[in-house]
Amino acid sequence: MRIGVVTFPGSLDDSSALRAIRLAGGQPVPLFHASDDLKEVEAVVLPGGFSYGDYLRCGAISRFAPIMSSIIVAAEHGFPVLGICNGFQILCESHLLPGALTRNQGLHFVCTDQPLIIENTSTPWTSGYTKGDRLVIPIKNGEGSFQASAETLNQLESEGRVVLRYADSNPNGSKNDIAGISNARGNVVGVMPHPEQAIEFLTGPSVDGLAFFTSILHSLVGR
Amino acid sequence: MALDTVAIAATQPETAQPWRELGLKEDEYTRIREILGRRPTSSELAMYSVMWSEHCSYKSSKVHLKQFGEKAPHSDALLVGIGENAGVVDIGQGYAITFKIESHNHPSFVEPYQGAATGVGGIVRDILTMGARPIAVMDPLRFGPADAVDTRRVLPGIVAGVGGYGNCLGLPNIGGEVVFDATYAGNPLVNALCVGVMRHEDIKLATAHGTGNLVVLFGAKTGGDGIGGVSVLASETFASGKAAKRPAVQVGDPFAEKVLIECSLEIFAEDLVVGIQDLGGAGLSCATSELASAGSGGMSIQLDKVPLRDPSLSPEEILMSESQERMCAIIEPTKLARFMKICNKWDVTATVIGEVTEGKHLEITFNGELIVDVPPRTVAHDGPVYNRPMVQPAYLDTLQPTTLPEIDGSASIKSELLALIASPNIADKSWVTDQYDRYVQGNSVLAQPEDTGMIRIDETTNLGVAISTDANARWSYLDPYNGAKLAMLESCRNIATSGAKPLAVTNCLNFGSPEDPEVMWQFAETVRGLADLCLEMGLPVTGGNVSFYNQTGSVAILPTPVIGVLGVIQDVTTRTKMGIPSAGLKIVQLGNTADNFSGSEWAHLHGQLGDHAPTPDIAAEVRLINLLLEAQPLFASAHDLSDGGLAAALTESTLRNNIGATIELPAAYIPGGVAAGLFAETPGRVLVTVDPENFDALRALANEREVPFHPIGTSGGDALIINGATIPLAELRQAHTETLPRLFG
Repeated sequence: MRIGVVTFPGSLDDSSALRAIRLAGGQPVPLFHASDDLKEVEAVVLPGGFSYGDYLRCGAISRFAPIMSSIIVAAEHGFPVLGICNGFQILCESHLLPGALTRNQGLHFVCTDQPLIIENTSTPWTSGYTKGDRLVIPIKNGEGSFQASAETLNQLESEGRVVLRYADSNPNGSKNDIAGISNARGNVVGVMPHPEQAIEFLTGPSVDGLAFFTSILHSLVGR
Repeated sequence: MALDTVAIAATQPETAQPWRELGLKEDEYTRIREILGRRPTSSELAMYSVMWSEHCSYKSSKVHLKQFGEKAPHSDALLVGIGENAGVVDIGQGYAITFKIESHNHPSFVEPYQGAATGVGGIVRDILTMGARPIAVMDPLRFGPADAVDTRRVLPGIVAGVGGYGNCLGLPNIGGEVVFDATYAGNPLVNALCVGVMRHEDIKLATAHGTGNLVVLFGAKTGGDGIGGVSVLASETFASGKAAKRPAVQVGDPFAEKVLIECSLEIFAEDLVVGIQDLGGAGLSCATSELASAGSGGMSIQLDKVPLRDPSLSPEEILMSESQERMCAIIEPTKLARFMKICNKWDVTATVIGEVTEGKHLEITFNGELIVDVPPRTVAHDGPVYNRPMVQPAYLDTLQPTTLPEIDGSASIKSELLALIASPNIADKSWVTDQYDRYVQGNSVLAQPEDTGMIRIDETTNLGVAISTDANARWSYLDPYNGAKLAMLESCRNIATSGAKPLAVTNCLNFGSPEDPEVMWQFAETVRGLADLCLEMGLPVTGGNVSFYNQTGSVAILPTPVIGVLGVIQDVTTRTKMGIPSAGLKIVQLGNTADNFSGSEWAHLHGQLGDHAPTPDIAAEVRLINLLLEAQPLFASAHDLSDGGLAAALTESTLRNNIGATIELPAAYIPGGVAAGLFAETPGRVLVTVDPENFDALRALANEREVPFHPIGTSGGDALIINGATIPLAELRQAHTETLPRLFG
């Protein structure tokens, strides 16, 4: 099962995302921003990092990368896409997901082991979880505060498109404690926490993130 | 200003030159004229002045640093020693590790964010230049008093700069220190360590040889930032009353550096370079003269080919610019096309600016005019050497022993412990470290607040490395010879506590003005102590950095040798963590406590320093290190006892997993009573927990290895109970964690 991971200039968690796919049992495929060739992958991960330095709005330049033109078209036809951190920001800039990620409320970069609640298990990236599961996954970002209009928030909530929510305390001022959302169809998911950094007890606070990657493999098999 | 050429210099020998303004002494200027047989051109003067600055030439420290060579122990692990951009050691399985610490102290006081950011950027390029992929950073930081107004300006900026740059490079920040002391007010210390990994065959050196090979500058364009930064910032104190030289701190672009890393690694992987050097302090002056000096000696550079961000820069400024994120490579002409293709893939600007020539001269032209014609060795290596006067400091004769409160009941145990663990030096540092990404790359096995940082090197074999940095500046102030040894021993002990074997040493020696004989004595004693201990323990020094002039007026910082030790662990899954993992474990202190509070945090809390540092017992330390490695499978947790003594270690080990402990400190083996038991910082001690079924085995092994073994309690419950004094973990946590957020927001 070929799952792609896109490297933009300034991507940082691409190698970790490739490892997570491998440990989940998939075949990781590195993709490069400058090509529009998806190399016959069946799903794609946009990893964390600071693409193009994020000197402009996070993700604002990456959305124009050649690979994104292919991903945007495919996603509109149901191709599964997971955006993690900077990847989530790129998905918002690409209008594949609504809302925006803004500077953390405390104005600091925050790296911490964050308790989370799984809210939606109908997406191909979260089908391996049970609704209400409590996870501990690292967050590490400076601009992770999810903001959207009241109308958009209502829509996300009423359609059950909030995938992941911060538990115990809100680390960055995100509206409705939102840590991750999906598009209406559910194939495109963006999350601020880093599931690819919670796949081994040796290096992560838990292995709670691994099910994002096993979920997509099972979803693709069962399709 | 008209172009000053070699021809003009030869025909107009008496032109007045601003050598003094550039930081040169009169005899140094005279020496340059002797070397060249004429006055230097203004470009040559710029090059000599930056390369002969204290920062680049080590002119005050060289005579002492040579001990690291003279007393070097034999080491099979050392692949590249002192003198290259960073030392390289063999860790087995074909892997080599390079690691080094550098200081960026002065720029960080002037402009905290950019000073700290470019400090990280500089050390990362040093590691990259060796051919290695950078895999982690650490940042030992020191500040003025935590509640001082200026600390609130300096600390948040420095922390944000370290994080802003390092996070954006994708390098996990896995450790370091945050220490406050009044002497660092006006002289914050920003030391940055980077570690990198490569295969043996991929090691690269900074050398230019092969006539006709091309000199290629790649990375960021050259701008006006950091011009004269080396000579102005690092070689002069900020004494008031002097005419202000507007300091020029470099500005960092971590994205450019990240792309430069990936681009360089791809270039290395295809073996496209003969030699490589990064551009740091002294910019092109340093890179060209060092590459030529280390190679066959001849090089010609067309300075007008250098891509500029600011087209108005003069040739002197181009030579001195410390613009960041630049590298200089020597490549064979046949490999140029492939080299350029990789640079193009990563959108990295690359320009051929010259070539390796026959002969022994570095010749630099600007628009066809010869403006530099020097023997490169005289710029890079034959700078002045000073054997500066030294004298044992007068303050050593006025030291007073400590007189500290009696600890005579559970109320005083509780109040003194809570005060200590809430003091800024011992308090939880999450406010700082949570601004750093410790997870990126997915190989961080241990990170702060653990005793060491540990990185997995190979996912198949689980081979890994551990790194620790330590300094106890107050001990160094009391006794610089033993203070340096104690810092290195602590670092080694930290490595062994986590389960890794110490392998090699690096250092960053932060001191006041070398022109003060008392400071010079502190420095000389420090180097002597370090060299002696390295020889005795068989650990090579792989490189280091000296930062002088950390003083304001006549007040120097505490002598602060930061010692970094690298260790190797064959299987990272066996590492030992510091947190008590479960209830029902036996708690044991390995090593004896002595009745000496000099230099301790507890004495500091009571406004005292004391009169003598501990005398290191090296044989006992080695026995302890060996026991830690041998008995490692028996430990449930292990935590080094250092700053804040047993009180701090118990606090950190219980709070880590929120598992309490009940401790009885029998006065029998603790001279100095409960106070010493809790607050003395006697070296050579480790707090371990052990499953009851392994208890006898550990005791037997400790006895056999002659390591003092003291059972002091059991784990469990939701309080830390010491000789009847009950401190609920919630109360302990609040005291330990609220200090830094309260001070810094």
